Amino acid sequence: MAELRRSPLEGVALGDGFREVPFLSQIDLRLNPADEGARGAVESVVGPLPLVPNTVHGGHDAAILWLGPDEWLVVGPPGSAADLERQLRDTIAAATDAGPVAIVDVSANRTTLELDHPDARAILAGGCSIDLHPRAFGPGRCAQTLVARAGVILWQLDDAPTYRLLVRPSFAAYLAEWLTDAIPD
Amino acid sequence: MLLITCPHCGPRDEVEFRYGGQAGVASPADPEALDDATWARYVFFRDNPKGPFAERWVHAAGCRRWFDAVRDTVTNQFLDPEPRR
Ligand SMILES: [Zn+2]
Repeated sequence: MAELRRSPLEGVALGDGFREVPFLSQIDLRLNPADEGARGAVESVVGPLPLVPNTVHGGHDAAILWLGPDEWLVVGPPGSAADLERQLRDTIAAATDAGPVAIVDVSANRTTLELDHPDARAILAGGCSIDLHPRAFGPGRCAQTLVARAGVILWQLDDAPTYRLLVRPSFAAYLAEWLTDAIPD
Repeated sequence: MLLITCPHCGPRDEVEFRYGGQAGVASPADPEALDDATWARYVFFRDNPKGPFAERWVHAAGCRRWFDAVRDTVTNQFLDPEPRR
């Protein structure tokens, strides 16, 4: 199937300071975190779920992002979603004390832009109302918000600061062009 | 611009939210039993106070959760510091 995949940014000229990280695996998980059976089963596969709103467990290669009080996004390397989904389904099926869990492969729902620029904070602040000051938003934080009026999941990876912006395919070219324009020469 | 406090995400810009009308409007227990006038009243009629008003809001561009908040319709100020989930 790999040869059929096409990134929404294929053929789009990107400016310096950011790049696309295409085809990351993304699995949307929904469960009641108070359901210890379900949570235990899921966590035995993916590790502890972040329970604090808008926080992330993990980093570049594998991470879990808080999306809601009963919703998380598991992000992994390209091509890993099918295996992870199967593993989750098998584990939950075997857990007799687990309540309902929804597992949906949403890898094609968003592509990822990685902004790695010394002025990244100021560049984003030009189009985003989230307080990005390190005391309010640092590594391991994420937020579903608007950047240049496009819906994104904004995720700070490290202190550099490096940010990831997970964006819908139909908004990806627009957001890439906005970033190209916003990043100083 | 208003800062609206999402019970999950904290204070966020107003553009991330959508309005859901009056809070606490109960669905009729027995819809079949309603005559047209009562049904119309349930569907279309809402309070329109000058002052505090309990409302439904959704954090549409954020966590996508609905919550209740109390807003003063005169000053546009949100009155409850901790909106209900
Ligand atoms: Zn929220």
